[in-house]
Amino acid sequence: MRQRLPIIATVVVFLLLYVAACFRFEGFGTLRVFFNFLSDNAFLGVIAVGLTFVILTGGIDLSVGAMLGCAGIMVADLITKFHLHPGLATLIVLGFGALVGWTQGMLVEKFKLPSFLVTLGGLFFCRGFSLWISRESMQIDHPAFSELSQFSIKLPAKASLPVSALVWLVILAIGAYLARQTRFGRTTYAIGGNEASARLMGLPVSKTKVLIYTFSGFCAALGGLVFALYTGSGNAVSGTGLELDAIAAVVIGGTLLSGGYGSILGSFIGVMILGVIQTAISFDGTLSSWWTKIFIGALLLIFILLQKLIERSVRAN
Amino acid sequence: MNSRQLPPYLWTIALLLAVFIFNAAFSPGFFTIEWRDGRLFGSLVDIVNRAVPVLLLSLGMTLVIATKGVDLSVGAVMAICGAVAACLIAHPQGSLLKDFQVESLAGIIAAALLVAVVCGLFNGLLVAKIKVQPIVATLLLMVTGRGIAQLLTNGQIVVFEHPEFQALGSGSWFGLPSPIWIFMLSFVLIGLLVHGTAFGKLAAATGSNETAARYAGVKVDSIKVWVYVICAVCAGIAGLIGAADIKAADSNNAGLYLELDAILAVAVGGTAMAGGKFTLVGSVIGAILMQALTTTILTRGVGAETTSILKAVVVVAVCLLQSPAFRESYRRILGLGRAQA
Repeated sequence: MRQRLPIIATVVVFLLLYVAACFRFEGFGTLRVFFNFLSDNAFLGVIAVGLTFVILTGGIDLSVGAMLGCAGIMVADLITKFHLHPGLATLIVLGFGALVGWTQGMLVEKFKLPSFLVTLGGLFFCRGFSLWISRESMQIDHPAFSELSQFSIKLPAKASLPVSALVWLVILAIGAYLARQTRFGRTTYAIGGNEASARLMGLPVSKTKVLIYTFSGFCAALGGLVFALYTGSGNAVSGTGLELDAIAAVVIGGTLLSGGYGSILGSFIGVMILGVIQTAISFDGTLSSWWTKIFIGALLLIFILLQKLIERSVRAN
Repeated sequence: MNSRQLPPYLWTIALLLAVFIFNAAFSPGFFTIEWRDGRLFGSLVDIVNRAVPVLLLSLGMTLVIATKGVDLSVGAVMAICGAVAACLIAHPQGSLLKDFQVESLAGIIAAALLVAVVCGLFNGLLVAKIKVQPIVATLLLMVTGRGIAQLLTNGQIVVFEHPEFQALGSGSWFGLPSPIWIFMLSFVLIGLLVHGTAFGKLAAATGSNETAARYAGVKVDSIKVWVYVICAVCAGIAGLIGAADIKAADSNNAGLYLELDAILAVAVGGTAMAGGKFTLVGSVIGAILMQALTTTILTRGVGAETTSILKAVVVVAVCLLQSPAFRESYRRILGLGRAQA
């Protein structure tokens, strides 16, 4: 029960914020606004799925924000300048994301480098690479692409699920399945709990860690594609500072930063909480955008303190 | 002779010299320093002057990393301190600080640095008392700090006029740009604190084995709080210089990504990322090397984006060179005799 406290706290905070916002702002409680959370935060949500695995092992991936910008500008460049079919361009970009993630994983695992330094290098690399592709933002003009960005599943009460939200839900399901139902997921939790004993138990620690960073790179690239679909363009500087939002979402979602405990579903709710805060502030109209950062920071502080309390009481037992 | 007895920043110096020679080969007059309008001019002076913010940050960062920590919030602290100073001078509309009347230069600096001390205490107490991992603890202020700075300036870029204050960023004293003097003063003060007292040894002891240090009677917690405070004050000074230089406080962009540059400079300088071994001189050389590389790329007209790719290569290369696992494997591949423990 005590172990479940972080995720319960997350759900309670989400419900409190959501209900409070519904009472405060007219029209906030509609189904349409709720489904807009899904489409507006899809890029962050997709990234958070990959990042949750990394944080579950006790590592960190700072390159995800830069990878988002990089994937966006890459797919725009491949479609508009090289006239590739969007499907092929998507595959190339996803492969690139996985490759960068794999490289980071190899550096972290094989040479025992601190993950935050390696992924810091990844951040610089992705930013530099995307600026090298193009400094200007690039519009994506392709019939198949615009059709895809227009497509959505109609729901009652004027709500709809566009492709970006669908991608998020699919990757969420895959992530939750991987974490809960597979050997890969169990090894991930074991590494975060105690890497040395996971090794001694004969679990494939090295392979799993490299795979986790590869998956995080893949998710970041996928998040970039979703973002490109959402904005209809690619921009080398989009996603600046997004790594922090993503980490905040994962932590608020109840994943312990020391690794070993947390869930993919928690990160989903974490992203939704950030979405509610953002939407509430834009509904309010008088509060300026920087309050978002301050609210997120304060919430993050509360959750970190809560985590510490739980860790302490678990250790005391 | 064992290479470990040489200072760890020897190859950083070599790399710096290589960059200088490369520059001298392409642009004659690179080493020329001339006396004009009562101060020194030249590429070398310019490189050091531009490196000052990162130099200041890397001083504090070195101490933090020596205790096995890291401070990601320095860029945000720069933005906050710049915002405080600018608001005290210009009293912009809608700012939280518009009612405070501070006229004197000393008062403005003191107020801004006091805010920096509070930021440092926040980081330090989270790390030392509540035992939050340093990356996470300082991430908080990194996220929130820019919001706070924007709150102070009400989201505007606050432009100000204050000749005395501006002199901190763009003036020159005794023939050298004033930022260089401010840096040298900070360097001497921190150097005295670290090597003139036991502080440096205690910080290194904390970083190399915290439990052992605690049993040996080191006040680990207060050492940790102190390094974060020093780091934040360094960031505050850098923020003041940055704001004075452009005569404005830009809460969105002041010090953006400089925390990464500072960590990079410290790593390149030979300070062990795992704590316990540090060198202030190395970090200084590292910061100048990074700036020299940036300046070289810009003057050769290669394009600024190459700088970040280069930084990525440097950070990974430095980490690999420090990694025992990597040394082991290349020794084995090259067959360079037995591996060292």
